[in-house]
Amino acid sequence: MVYTLDITHEHCPMTLVRTKLKLSQMAKGDILEVLLSEGEALNSVPSAIKEQGFNVISVERVEGSTHKMMIEK
Amino acid sequence: MYDFNEEQIQRYSRHILLKDVGVEGQEKILNAKVLLVGAGGIGSPVALYLAAAGVGTLGIADNDVVDLSNLQRQIAHNTQNVGRPKVDSAREAIQRLNPDVKVKTYNDFLLSDTIADIVKEYDFVVEGSDNFPTKFLVNDACVMLGKPYSMGSINQFEGQTFTHIPGSTCYRCMFKEPPAEGTVPTCSQAGVLGSVVGILGTIQATETLKYITGVGELLINKLLTFDARTMNFMKMNIAPRKTCEICGNEPTIKELFDYEQTACKIIRHS
Repeated sequence: MVYTLDITHEHCPMTLVRTKLKLSQMAKGDILEVLLSEGEALNSVPSAIKEQGFNVISVERVEGSTHKMMIEK
Repeated sequence: MYDFNEEQIQRYSRHILLKDVGVEGQEKILNAKVLLVGAGGIGSPVALYLAAAGVGTLGIADNDVVDLSNLQRQIAHNTQNVGRPKVDSAREAIQRLNPDVKVKTYNDFLLSDTIADIVKEYDFVVEGSDNFPTKFLVNDACVMLGKPYSMGSINQFEGQTFTHIPGSTCYRCMFKEPPAEGTVPTCSQAGVLGSVVGILGTIQATETLKYITGVGELLINKLLTFDARTMNFMKMNIAPRKTCEICGNEPTIKELFDYEQTACKIIRHS
């Protein structure tokens, strides 16, 4: 299944907290699409999620400063 | 799955961030039931840190009332609560800190005929009493019921602690029986540096959270001792004793019993 999460209005560390919470509600193999902003979130969340053992499939710009990160649980 | 509300997401965010705790670990903490034996110097920091962590149910057993001389180290209590039962004072402190926590109080001295029914209700026991009979009774009850516990003792500037899970070294493996009366000074005779009970209590609270979440390695088959004067911490390996009277190959203790109380007088509340 594919889930979505918007953390563009969150600040560190709640960006990572919200992402982990969402991932905890998913099954192994599910995909999470996360919308996040440039700066703090883009700099820290993808690497932190990788460190926590999840597979970050891609991170790409959507529009303006908003990026989309795809995570496989 | 635990349904975190918005306040809980904020409150426990630093646990959720930890790789080895995370959402699942916090759920385990919120569902855990921990019994504190003693709401004094050790029990105070344990109660506060476990409450802050969100332990679902905290049981507190203590038959004492708050005395002014306790307040130099027993940080769950305060000046306004002098003369009130420690269990009530601790309950207030816990509920002020975290209303998520359910508190059950036992304003009584734990004895062999009452302890088993209480211990049975909990997942983990933290022993922080000030007397040997209680320490041996908690050990014996937990060994018989297969309950894990953290044991802690303090004297002056020194502390020692270890953790027991079924099958690991128990208090009786190490110490066999209470010391003869008069050979070991009690806290009230020997004094204790206030912050030293905090060092020990926070170690015991950490062991409790490690047990609940499964993080790391517990202090099992080990004894951690420290001396705050030098800040030397020492960890000794101590294997279970085959001749242990309660957990050895041929246990001689088949039912719970009470040692005669020597440190202080037992007052039973009926």
